[in-house]
Amino acid sequence: MNIVVCVKQVPDSAAKVVVEGGRVSWGDAPLVLNPWDEYAVEAALLLQEAAGGDVTVLSVGGESAKEALKTALAMGCSQAILISDPALDAADSQAIARVLCAAIKKVGGVEAAFFGRQAIDGDMGVTGVQTAHLLGWPMLGLAARVEFENGKLRVERSFEEGRQIVECQLPAALSISKDIGEPRYPSFMGIRKASRAEIPTWDLAALGIEAPVSVVRWPEVFNPPVREVKTEMIEGGSPQEIAEKLVAKILEEKVL
Amino acid sequence: MNGKILVIIDHFKGEALPASWEAVGAASELARSGGGQIAVLVLGAESKPLAEQVFQFGVQEAYYCDDPTLTDYRPSPYAAVVASVARKLSAAVLLFPTTVRGRELAALSAVELGGGVMPDVTELEVSDGKILATRPVYAGKLLARVVCEATPAVITTRVRAFKKPAADPAHGGEPVRVEAVIPEEDIRVKVAGYTRSETGVSLSDANVIISGGRGVSNNPELSPPAGMDEKQAEIWRAQQGFKMIGELAALLGAAVGASRAAVDAGYIPYEHQVGQTGKIVSPDLYIACGISGAIQHLAGMRSSKVIVAINKDPEAPIFKLARFGVVGDIYKIVPALTDEFHKRLGK
Repeated sequence: MNIVVCVKQVPDSAAKVVVEGGRVSWGDAPLVLNPWDEYAVEAALLLQEAAGGDVTVLSVGGESAKEALKTALAMGCSQAILISDPALDAADSQAIARVLCAAIKKVGGVEAAFFGRQAIDGDMGVTGVQTAHLLGWPMLGLAARVEFENGKLRVERSFEEGRQIVECQLPAALSISKDIGEPRYPSFMGIRKASRAEIPTWDLAALGIEAPVSVVRWPEVFNPPVREVKTEMIEGGSPQEIAEKLVAKILEEKVL
Repeated sequence: MNGKILVIIDHFKGEALPASWEAVGAASELARSGGGQIAVLVLGAESKPLAEQVFQFGVQEAYYCDDPTLTDYRPSPYAAVVASVARKLSAAVLLFPTTVRGRELAALSAVELGGGVMPDVTELEVSDGKILATRPVYAGKLLARVVCEATPAVITTRVRAFKKPAADPAHGGEPVRVEAVIPEEDIRVKVAGYTRSETGVSLSDANVIISGGRGVSNNPELSPPAGMDEKQAEIWRAQQGFKMIGELAALLGAAVGASRAAVDAGYIPYEHQVGQTGKIVSPDLYIACGISGAIQHLAGMRSSKVIVAINKDPEAPIFKLARFGVVGDIYKIVPALTDEFHKRLGK
């Protein structure tokens, strides 16, 4: 089975992100493979191990995004492709979905597309399902468990009230939840292979599409208002005394 | 604004997720500032009784579709009905709650209708006839203003960011049944069953959250049953710690949260994780027990109204966000708190 995983490069989750001089800055924090996408890579590799075929990892981004692709290669993906074009600088989720749809078609013979839950920078969580829709494939979102038997996918989807068990034939798109299990670490051999990998770059012309229209604009990104918190430390001679004071204070706040 | 505001109620077997009513509240706010009538759509089994309930919130029209193809939630047949109703009403705005189904259907409806999607917004305003939405990005480390240049604007409202509208039982109406769009033979996904989770109060909806971190495994006075190796003993200790947190949570009707460190160490399932790669929450009261306050965790709970931190380390970063702090052993403080709340709340 040929599988595609769509990933994004983002600032590390431990980064202190601020707006400085109108630009988003994450200081000297590294850019990494989006943590949610690591689960998508893991799930894709598990499926490949069960069903055979190749796992191709795709990312839309600048030249630096090759580093995120290399992480996925080091984890065990077969090949990586960067999609990069200046016309995509302010692309919204739907425009990216159209680009990914064209790229998945160009890879050819793909039967399953994997996505992370959302990217931890824009926190949109919609690109995967939009790509699936444009491909005409069903979306099995937030998969907590994926099984493949007799040409059929059986997936447990996570919802607020519990899990829904769904079945469908290929092709299909999946987004992966953290319940799938910890993503593997890149192996030593994987890292060596990834460091030598030549990652091709496709632009829109290579995909044979015009720049897709973006309709959602982000006129302003700003720092949230500083929270003025005056911390009151509660002290006392015994846990009971502390509890008495603290409970009285909490009840005064009228939040219960 | 020209055109209607269409709100889609998310429910499971006839029980609305509370955030659905908040989406109706957001619609009322928009209607007040920008004009427009509010219509509500409910899909699936038990959708008619729910559609009857929405009139009390000042909604003008309600639609439902209880076609057998919609008995179980599936994205494509649901999105097709949303799109067909939105077209029929010439809806200018679609509002969903930010739930799993809501976000998914919003994404699909936007593609289907040629609109744009703005998920998980916390504020809405109308300026020059356009909707300007505010949404947290980078897990709330930053905020973004977002505007949609196409019609409809498809929005999901962050859980607990908007108020449920006041109900007026005198206000009633008759919901209109609409037809499904995609026949069963064209729906490729089949639902084989459900497993219900046993998490108690949901983190996203909770008014009060009590969370535990790595510190919950540090009770030196507990001796684990014989025969456990070191890791098993650590997890056993942590589970006793979460039991203690659970008792306080049960008393306060609170949800139990956890830091990523506690989840990664295997102390508690992932669905309890609060933070950038877990749930983003904003309860009225957040009590952090033995959580030092890594930036990923703080990003997930910083918008809580009142934060209480209990930690042994006076330098723990969590204290910087806390309204009240206690430097101490959670094994002594938390049970004392449970007893005291017992007395004061008369439970």
